[in-house]
Amino acid sequence: MPETWYIVSVLAVVFTITLALRALPFAALRPLRKSALVRNLSLWMPAGILVILAASTLRSEVVADAGHLMPVCVAVAVTVAAHFLGGRRTLLSVGLGTLSYVALVNLV
Amino acid sequence: MNNPSPPIVAPPPIPTPSQEIRSGIKDSFAAGLGMFPLGIAFGLLVVQSGLPWWVAPALSVAGFAGSLELLLIGMMAAMTPLATIALTTLLVNFRHVFYSFTFPLHLVNSPWAKAYSVYAMIDEAYAVTAASTGRWTGRRLVSMQVAFQVYWVGGGLAGIGIAALLPARIEGLEFALCALFVTLTLDAVKSRRQVPSLMLGAAAFIAAAVLVPDVALFAGLMAFIALLIARHFLAARKGIQNA
Repeated sequence: MPETWYIVSVLAVVFTITLALRALPFAALRPLRKSALVRNLSLWMPAGILVILAASTLRSEVVADAGHLMPVCVAVAVTVAAHFLGGRRTLLSVGLGTLSYVALVNLV
Repeated sequence: MNNPSPPIVAPPPIPTPSQEIRSGIKDSFAAGLGMFPLGIAFGLLVVQSGLPWWVAPALSVAGFAGSLELLLIGMMAAMTPLATIALTTLLVNFRHVFYSFTFPLHLVNSPWAKAYSVYAMIDEAYAVTAASTGRWTGRRLVSMQVAFQVYWVGGGLAGIGIAALLPARIEGLEFALCALFVTLTLDAVKSRRQVPSLMLGAAAFIAAAVLVPDVALFAGLMAFIALLIARHFLAARKGIQNA
């Protein structure tokens, strides 16, 4: 279990960076808006960052227990299928994917 | 909503403060429907991953950014180094930089309310203001944001309560975060123009996971940003050549 000082440091880091990202652009809008690099990054970052986060969290599941490889694959397939067939309703897709994963790792 | 354009229609009456607050809360309902259940999942996960219960409300006050908070639970439980947490926070929340271009902060007058409005400029708040054609006022905007934080913190506390009632840890519940990122990725790649970014991200992470498995997330994110900067300068050079 992490110690309290570690948790408090995480809170401080997260607070400072998140607030800075939200507040600084209001103070320095013009140069940021003009920068072609910043504009391109804003356009290109989301898809790549999200796929890295998805891959990283999925990998941790498999690293924690190699027997979870099959449940992970099945549950990802369920999530993707639900998302496309259910009309991109995030709550539904996440719910069905999680439900199938919980069922697979506990019952199979 | 009245359209102020035709001359026959009288200008809409100026709303009273309580009307503004009520319409702000009404604006929060649709997104709140998603935030509250996700908050419950967040609270459950905090308890199940062995972190103290107060981490849930503390993170929701310090960070107030749903997907990052969910990600941080696992990272904190694994005692991830602060540098990795800082980089992850920076990159995951970087999108907020661009919200400021259109977010109607100028409507908020009092300096405290302004500070809160900036602090609470979450995805949902940005999305609702960007999609809405309604007449925003400072009070309406801030009451919507307060409502969002109430749903999120409240959901987290409800999740902690539910976890206390559960007889045992439910194995596999943490998959909710994986599933969330899978759906967010699908939503980010709605057009073919996003496919190169997706491929670069996937390549960066796979390379990092093979070469430096212990710091795969940190290295993958850094490599991805390096690739995007290279892509920017390549595209700029091509542009000059074509011109």
